[in-house]
Amino acid sequence: MSAKLILTTLTMVLTFITVGNLAQAADMPDQVSIDAMSVLFEGVEFDHAMHTELGEDCSACHHHATGTGTTDERCVSCHANSDEVASVGCRSCHASEPFSAEHINRKSEEIYKFHIDMPGLKAAYHWNCIGCHEEMDGPTGCQDCHARTPEGDAFYHSDASSASTSGKSGH
Amino acid sequence: MSGISRRRFLAASVAGCTATALAGPRKALASGSFTGYPDSMGVLVDLTRCIGCRSCEAACNKEQQLPAPDRPFDDKSVFDETFHGGTQKRRTDENAYTVVNRYDTKDAGPVYRKVQCNHCSEPACLSSCFVNAYTKTPEGAVIYKGNVCVGCRTCMVACPFHVPAYSYSSAIDPVVKKCIFCYETRLKKGLPPACVDICPQEALTFGKRKDLIKIGQQRIQTNPGRYVNHLYGEKELGGTSWMYLSSVPFEEVGFDPTPGNEPIINHVKDFLGTVPMVLAIWPAMFTGFHLLAKKQADHDDHEHDAEKQHGDEGGEQ
Repeated sequence: MSAKLILTTLTMVLTFITVGNLAQAADMPDQVSIDAMSVLFEGVEFDHAMHTELGEDCSACHHHATGTGTTDERCVSCHANSDEVASVGCRSCHASEPFSAEHINRKSEEIYKFHIDMPGLKAAYHWNCIGCHEEMDGPTGCQDCHARTPEGDAFYHSDASSASTSGKSGH
Repeated sequence: MSGISRRRFLAASVAGCTATALAGPRKALASGSFTGYPDSMGVLVDLTRCIGCRSCEAACNKEQQLPAPDRPFDDKSVFDETFHGGTQKRRTDENAYTVVNRYDTKDAGPVYRKVQCNHCSEPACLSSCFVNAYTKTPEGAVIYKGNVCVGCRTCMVACPFHVPAYSYSSAIDPVVKKCIFCYETRLKKGLPPACVDICPQEALTFGKRKDLIKIGQQRIQTNPGRYVNHLYGEKELGGTSWMYLSSVPFEEVGFDPTPGNEPIINHVKDFLGTVPMVLAIWPAMFTGFHLLAKKQADHDDHEHDAEKQHGDEGGEQ
């Protein structure tokens, strides 16, 4: 009996230490590579340190995930005092494939979940960046943040060679 | 005795015809209550999110293997193109199943609107096609068989959104061309259409139509002042698979503000419902009337002749 108690205590202590270490390890990065979905455009080397100096608080980008509270009236009723989540990266909550059959089916099954209209990862990045950049007069053009890849050039038919071969064949 | 049975027969046949006449249109109206397949998919277009990058146009071009464009897809000068004396913006055609147009509004600045087939629950193109080239699939797409199309272009006239285009450039086999919701390459496999997949802003939300209606209403409710209180396509023309949210009144961004909520086919359904009845029942009914009338006339003539003969005989005496 006493051995079990000691074991339980030990486990609890260990868990606390691990969680504490994790929290320390997940300290703010200076640089974040946003390249999870880069195909037509290069990834973005996001200067996190610079943006943290600009931003009022973490919740401006991270909502309630950093445990620093939120003032958004749509979130505050549930998340005013939410704790920091295990992983604060965008991709932990925002799906990279928000329109997969699996994701869509889950959406109509989980009817009691409030976040039925959460944007996917790509939209989450673009809304956060472009929305703030418009307010703060930051860059908003596509290639101001990420250069286009050769594949992207072909996709938009932007290179001169593809534009000249615009055959109006119909089929 | 034979007179009574004839009267009974006539009464019964009139009653029967009246019942058929009443039942005919009612049955036609019952089939008109179709409001779409239960788990059909759709797209919610949020005009407030679109930044006019035209990536959807590029994605459509690639997915549907359409000819290279005259101007690259990152060229924003196409937004200044107008036709018919500045009254009309770009429209879909055989080389572009979707186009984005910019509207310079008073209150909200530039608003971008994507145009493509709205994939109606009860499509007018389908109703109007006499070779049955069109199909509304359970997934929600309105697709067509190009090899069946005879090029009559009735669907182009019937479509309330002016979507089906015609391959005028093809002299040998001109057919109607339009957005098919990427049915063959994506929708059928449970994937979102190419335009939705590429959109950087999630201006296009792909999902079950019934969920999208809820999401659309929730966006209006939880973002006061951002949207006009209307989800375009939820009820218009019997409902469309593609629906729209806007920050400005829909007529300001090129939508027909009063298309009505009745599917186009309802305007002709009552008439079309009576056609089979007329064709099947009237010939039989009137043939019956004719035969009866003729029989009566023969009978009368026969009696008359008999009387006449009898009279003649009497006269001779």
